[in-house]
Amino acid sequence: MRDVGLAEELAQDALVAALERWPETGIPDKPGAWLMATAKHRAIDLLRRSKRLERKHEQLGRELETQQEIAMSDLDGALDDDIGDDLLRLMFIACHPVLSTEARVALTLRLLGGLTTDEIARAFLVGEATVAQRIVRAKRTLSEARVPFEVPRGDELAARLSSVLEVIYLIFNEGYAATAGDDWMRPALCEDALRLGRILAELAPQEPEVHGLVALMEIQASRSGARTGPAGEPVLLFDQDRARWDRILIRRGLAALGRAEQLGGALGPYALQAAIAACHARARTPDETDWARIAALYDALAQIAPSPVVGLNRAVAVSMAFGPAAGLELVDALTSEPSLRAYHLLPTVRGDLLAKLGRLGEARAEFERAASLTRNARERELLLERAAACVRGAVPD
Amino acid sequence: MRFMVIVPGDKNSEAGLLPPKELFAEMGRYNEELRKAGVLLEADGLQPTSKGAKVKFDGAKRTVIDGPFTEAKELIAGFWIFEVKSKQEAIEWVKRAPFDGGVEIEIRQIFELSDFPPEIQGAREEARR
Repeated sequence: MRDVGLAEELAQDALVAALERWPETGIPDKPGAWLMATAKHRAIDLLRRSKRLERKHEQLGRELETQQEIAMSDLDGALDDDIGDDLLRLMFIACHPVLSTEARVALTLRLLGGLTTDEIARAFLVGEATVAQRIVRAKRTLSEARVPFEVPRGDELAARLSSVLEVIYLIFNEGYAATAGDDWMRPALCEDALRLGRILAELAPQEPEVHGLVALMEIQASRSGARTGPAGEPVLLFDQDRARWDRILIRRGLAALGRAEQLGGALGPYALQAAIAACHARARTPDETDWARIAALYDALAQIAPSPVVGLNRAVAVSMAFGPAAGLELVDALTSEPSLRAYHLLPTVRGDLLAKLGRLGEARAEFERAASLTRNARERELLLERAAACVRGAVPD
Repeated sequence: MRFMVIVPGDKNSEAGLLPPKELFAEMGRYNEELRKAGVLLEADGLQPTSKGAKVKFDGAKRTVIDGPFTEAKELIAGFWIFEVKSKQEAIEWVKRAPFDGGVEIEIRQIFELSDFPPEIQGAREEARR
């Protein structure tokens, strides 16, 4: 099966055939786990109502029933043998590096998440036509590039897998960070990404970073009920009511992290981020947080995936574990970083550490600078309050 | 959305007997399928009620009733927690579980935080302080 269009057709046809057969014969013994796995129930609901199904009914007609029975049992056999493989191939092809990131996301949600183009459009605040066009173009690109419908091997696997993980995490973050789109689509995107991750972990259980990503998503998702207040305002990690964290997801996240660790080798960037998130998840109160471990994990992360933001987080962890002076040293090293020049959290953190060290004059200047950089009105207010507290000589918290 | 799928207890589960080997294996395969589809969040079996207890509330009084419980109809022997797209999907999955003999498996949607009106969520915040 070389062609992605064909693969999609097959999935659709299998679905239609199953829908026609199930009411008569009940669910077959081995219906192919992936049929359910691809979260097609939305599609089923839509299909049930859609004219497409009616047309299919007419097309197939009664005279085709016998043929269909045979075809279906062949399909069942084929699916049960290769289900996992087909699904995995589909994931790899949908996330092929030859495609743009937008195209990968759209194709993954369409082919694997079972979302309609309309749903994808609403989630990403673009027109439905744009999404449909993206998908059509993506399929054309894949066939023009003669991308084989197979799971890559050897050296190629690592690069291709990281592209799959990136797409899944992007979908998750689009749901989690709420940068755009209808609110009601948000949790659904998180759930879609989680489900894709969980399926992938079953299909590629020997890949530590797959478990790492699943762990990261499970733990982040565990906080979603605590991240916003009654009026929809964001609640920061240390102010969150930890009783609202979803224990089931935390337990699953810790288990997935355990699997990544058991596979051996150095932890990859997803597993490291998951390990950091796990430190917070394990702490029943903010005071119980294991900052020394978080600082060590950020050290490791800064080595394999260095970035100024990771550096800043590392500095915060070090200050929490070893005191404000140690943290300030690391922050000072970041002040010349061009990419952080307009990043309000740098002066916020620096101001915080200076205040803790009793250097209130310098702290005040930093808080004021941070206030001038943030785009969030509430945050600006808070920062100016802290600056004012420095003037009064009170150490702000 | 999440659903709890509740398996009722019976004489065997109350006697602490595990299901026969074949059924056990079949159940294992079923769970594996659920996992592969990314549907299964949790699955647990419960020990017989002889190992449990009840606490009865009456005004300020608390009466502890040790197991086993006699009302066999209302006993629970185990549960799954599914994360699925719709009730229909939960039903389709449950239909495929390896049960027989007239047993009825109950499917219940789990409340999520967003199902509660804001004033109740607010009350919880208050209680916390």
